[in-house]
Amino acid sequence: MSAREAILNKVRSSLGTAPGEAARAEVVAKRLADAPTGVVPARGQLADKERIALFCGMAEKVSATIDRVEKPADVPEAVSAYLRSRNLPASVRMGADERLREMPWSGVKSLEVKSGRADPEDEVGVSHALAGVAESGTIALHSGVDNPTTVNFLPEHHIVVVEAKDIAGDLETVFSSLRQKFGKGKMPRTLNLITGPSRSADIQQTLLLGAHGPRALHLIVVDGG
Amino acid sequence: MQITSPAFKANARGALADPHLQEALGHVRSGFIDKRQKAVDALPEFDALRDSARAIKDHTLAHLDLYLEAYEEKVKAAGGRVHWAETAEDARSLILDICRAAGARTVTKGKSMITEEIGLNEFFEKEGIRPVETDLGEYIIQLRGEHPSHIIAPAVHLTKNQVEADFRRAHHHLPPTRDLSEPASLLSEAREVLRAEYFAADVGITGANFLVAETGSSVIVTNEGNGDLTQILPRVHIVVASIEKIVPTLADTSQILRVLARSATGQDMSVYTTVSTGPRRPEDPDGPEEYHVVLLDNGRSSMLGTEFQDMLRCIRCGACMNHCPVYHAVGGHAYGWVYPGPMGAVLTPSLIGVDKSGHLPNASTFCGRCEAVCPMHIPLPKMMRHWREREFARGLNPATQRYGLKAWAFFARRPRLYRLAASFAIPALSAFGGAQRRFRYLPFAGGWTKHRDLPAPESRTFLQQWRNREADKQEART
Ligand code: SF4
Repeated sequence: MSAREAILNKVRSSLGTAPGEAARAEVVAKRLADAPTGVVPARGQLADKERIALFCGMAEKVSATIDRVEKPADVPEAVSAYLRSRNLPASVRMGADERLREMPWSGVKSLEVKSGRADPEDEVGVSHALAGVAESGTIALHSGVDNPTTVNFLPEHHIVVVEAKDIAGDLETVFSSLRQKFGKGKMPRTLNLITGPSRSADIQQTLLLGAHGPRALHLIVVDGG
Repeated sequence: MQITSPAFKANARGALADPHLQEALGHVRSGFIDKRQKAVDALPEFDALRDSARAIKDHTLAHLDLYLEAYEEKVKAAGGRVHWAETAEDARSLILDICRAAGARTVTKGKSMITEEIGLNEFFEKEGIRPVETDLGEYIIQLRGEHPSHIIAPAVHLTKNQVEADFRRAHHHLPPTRDLSEPASLLSEAREVLRAEYFAADVGITGANFLVAETGSSVIVTNEGNGDLTQILPRVHIVVASIEKIVPTLADTSQILRVLARSATGQDMSVYTTVSTGPRRPEDPDGPEEYHVVLLDNGRSSMLGTEFQDMLRCIRCGACMNHCPVYHAVGGHAYGWVYPGPMGAVLTPSLIGVDKSGHLPNASTFCGRCEAVCPMHIPLPKMMRHWREREFARGLNPATQRYGLKAWAFFARRPRLYRLAASFAIPALSAFGGAQRRFRYLPFAGGWTKHRDLPAPESRTFLQQWRNREADKQEART
């Protein structure tokens, strides 16, 4: 008997059931198909303006910084301003995301834009979020050529562009938009839900920012996006 | 890892006399409790979410065989592989096979209690593979040759000065005059040292907080980002998870996520919640080329259908130990195996046998705080009582009879001590007026190890039982 059969048999005998009980199988199939929504906090269920404000407030509470711009074309200048304010080199890493690529990067003097997955030397990564989650100030990003996952973790500074219209009230909404994009039950290799810059409290419970991931998370919210 | 649970009493005495440990444990008391309370108070739906989370796990456990099958299907469909392991030994050899096939010499690891449970690091070292823990706390204790003393804060038993001494000893390639006086400088140094390791590793191993049947995904919840670097940089990603980590859907996952971080660290969400499904896709510029899940049973299937089934709802948030006066007094190592605190006192006998876990089910004042804060509504004190009753039942066997009688005789001669110890039971909580005040009143340092031995069975009072036993003995004699 394989280990698989042995374990499943033990589970069944402990539960006092036999394989192939139709009623149980139906319950499970239905639950997986329907994926019922549970308790959703009222906190994020707000009109657009208030929801976006909540997102920004929650993100700031977890030490992300926020910049709000009017339109996508304003993003390169906002990135450049961030680099200057932190005395960072004028060089960013980003993937092939079309929304980012269509922005006027060449309008920012002497800014180097490197494409592809991140290297250990990269100091700043720029990503475009799939969505934001207002209830917790979280951003959602997924792997792929558009926004490689290494960009989320290797650079010391992670700048994430999120369109205001993509800011949802709750996590469930983000999961269902993912379902729409990839199909029911299908997922990209990696979905990152990121809430603030990396941190550790492992030494004497002292909270410190910048553990293994980025030391700083800067969110650029595009209002008219 | 060597099991020292039967020596709990001696471990506890040692812990109470260790000044470094006592200083470090102060951070548990001050660090976790207020943060959790604030986060809970800020979410009116917290209790409704706890009920929802409990119902999800109960439903899943009742259909575990079917959800495991559904999950496996989805992992395969996404190009991953599932390996089933009945025992710790099976899991170790499956993991070793994958590592050997990948030609692995260095393996990075994200924080995982399951790999502690199966003793993976010691095994790797024997097999000539170098395991590198990447979570800051885990890295520190690996340098010290220790084991975690807390399930989410593995190095919580250490002070900053101890960590500084370890770093100076281990990182001798760095200038000895460097300033390491602040936790921030220690963190930066660990970050630098570990960066190189992520790239050197052939295989990255993580645990999983959840396995999602709907999508075949594994989910990890972390703050440092080390678990992510561990799984995206090496060529092979191995997830090691036990069978009860299954949840049906992503919607169910979001219910439990909302109580997990709040209960653990008082965060609304941990910094990184990462959902991983299969290996990288052909067009992906990064991510692992192979994705393996080692599904471990190791005794859990036999907990189903018993009075200990509820323990399988545990999401390893650590709240029960953060609020436990016994844990506050002696720390995690005294419990003598992988899982400390109230959850350990219940889980350890289930996984390694009550004969090997000695007095653990007695390591409680029965104050009830653990159950009150457990996000999954696990009746921890009741389950500890179940273990005591089983111990008691075993105590009637000739082989262990003497131990039981000795403990009873001790208390029978000291009725005042019995009443005092009994007063720590659940109703005492409100009488003493909350955790903080109660803590001052409890005579831990001197008296606690004595109280700990009390059998306090639920069904009959101690004195009744004592009288019955005496009567039985009389009868036997006549
Ligand atoms: S028993 Fe409850 S409180 Fe303790 S770690 Fe498990 S889920 Fe958390």
